[in-house]
Amino acid sequence: MSEKPSIEELEAKADLLRCHAIRMTTEAGSGHPSSSLSAAEVTAALYFGGYLNVDPANPTMPERDRFILSKGHACPILYAAMAERGYFPVEDLMTLRKLGSPIEGHPNLRRLPGIEASTGSLGQGLSIGVGQALGCRMDGHANRVFVVIGDGEMGEGQVWEAIATAAKYKLGNLTAIIDQNGYQQTGSTKTVLDQTPFADRIAPFGWHTQTINGNSMAEVVSALDAAVAVTDQPTMIVAETKKGAGIIPILEELGDSNLHGQPLKPEWAEKAIALLQS
Amino acid sequence: MALGELSGLPMGEATRDAFGRALEELGATYPNVVTVDGDVGNSTRTEWFANAFPERGFNVGIAESNMVSVAGGLASCGKTPVVASFAAFLLCNAFDQIRMSVAFPRLNVKLVGTHAGISIGEDGPSQMGVEDVALACSLADTVVMVTSDGASTRAATKAMLEHDGPTYLRCGRPKVPVIYDGDVPFTIGKANTVREGGDVAIVANGLMVATSLDAAALLAKEGIEARVLDMHTAKPIDEEAVAKAAEETGAIVVAEEHLAAGGLGAIVASTVVRTKPVPMAFVNLGDSYAESGDPDGLLEKYGLTAEAVAAAVRGVKG
Repeated sequence: MSEKPSIEELEAKADLLRCHAIRMTTEAGSGHPSSSLSAAEVTAALYFGGYLNVDPANPTMPERDRFILSKGHACPILYAAMAERGYFPVEDLMTLRKLGSPIEGHPNLRRLPGIEASTGSLGQGLSIGVGQALGCRMDGHANRVFVVIGDGEMGEGQVWEAIATAAKYKLGNLTAIIDQNGYQQTGSTKTVLDQTPFADRIAPFGWHTQTINGNSMAEVVSALDAAVAVTDQPTMIVAETKKGAGIIPILEELGDSNLHGQPLKPEWAEKAIALLQS
Repeated sequence: MALGELSGLPMGEATRDAFGRALEELGATYPNVVTVDGDVGNSTRTEWFANAFPERGFNVGIAESNMVSVAGGLASCGKTPVVASFAAFLLCNAFDQIRMSVAFPRLNVKLVGTHAGISIGEDGPSQMGVEDVALACSLADTVVMVTSDGASTRAATKAMLEHDGPTYLRCGRPKVPVIYDGDVPFTIGKANTVREGGDVAIVANGLMVATSLDAAALLAKEGIEARVLDMHTAKPIDEEAVAKAAEETGAIVVAEEHLAAGGLGAIVASTVVRTKPVPMAFVNLGDSYAESGDPDGLLEKYGLTAEAVAAAVRGVKG
């Protein structure tokens, strides 16, 4: 990207992606909008803030940056960013989860160019990112691998295996972001399996860590700037977010601050989009 | 009596050793090959490659799940990762990672499970991969190979590196007889006839190929000429060779060092049913785990002997 967009422009982009994620899941009648919304700032910043060097016209160029959504169920926000970035027409978003569409319920690299890892079984994305970071480094590319992980997903032991491995190989080209939205399928991560504080636990492995408000675009941008400046160790951004960020009043009205895996009914989707556009 | 003695086969190298040597030798020819190990490289013999090409060998520690997904990431960057561990730990510990990080995205990862079967001996059943072929064959569009001797394992190692897509190669710990003297005809999915015969066909893989040749020697004394097929590829199965064997011999015995469910026997049986139904019998580990002990004693106790294969032939012919 030639000129770096302003924080306000990126904030507007994040809310646009939110509107897409709500519309597409409501149209599909299933999916995970609240899990998508918490990651809107991170996803918008990566795809539109100049951090992700990708070319939708050449999605397999070897020196591209890689983005892996390890919490694959939040893929509506990723699909929204990919459509806005030009990987496919925005109107295709409305084919989410429909028979024949490559915009599947979870990311499938075999069917959708631009998807860097097939995810949906939690816990594997960071390990795949470690492999890609190793492979890119062997080839002498100066690119970077970004992996977004859910905080509930941190219950998967494999993530911790990957954390140790990334530190062993000093993968300075790897940035992981924990979307700490505080909830998982059946309740709050505090009550299901509390593994916080993440940064305090991950830093001793040999990672550069930051903890930020992941729904503040200014903080996300600053954190990504700091992360990409680190080249001798992997970097972790613990993004404290809210599940359903952007439409919290709607979740409150519905009486469910988790709303895991539930699309909004059309009338609620309209209210949510109106709120985001206000 | 030692394996291969009845059929006059000289003792050769362990298939894991042949795999390790072949990988080391092929390393210069295939610059994209890397190894990812779960800290058993000195057992699986990938250590020989990693020592020869230190910048291409990664040991991620005792973490099979991570190991497999890291390999998936490397493959998605154009590398050809060879991921070796004990068959039991690779397939059973990391099965979901094999499914999601390798098979489903159809990445070019080469899985190698060593120490397969009960012939590992004293370390006991926790270390014995006896379900690995069934698990590997259940993965869509994945090649599964079980080789019988050193020469064919070397050929299989080259073939897997040249194949574009996920593969699983099963190797054993003990030394096994030499089945192939000189050049080995080796094509993925094409069985090798290692003994001609028209009275019955014994379809085998791994060390049970030598056992089956021994059985054929026993049977020959009784006037039964057994054809022995080295079915080194369990998936895709050589349907043509199975159908031909059924057609020409009228009876098939399948011998393998694996549990009954989902192994070579099940695969050959479904092929026979679809092509040319004939009477069949099966020599395998049935439906139970083994125990610690010396390899020859275990093979004897759990029924993986030339006499057991010969008895199965007599039964199916009778």
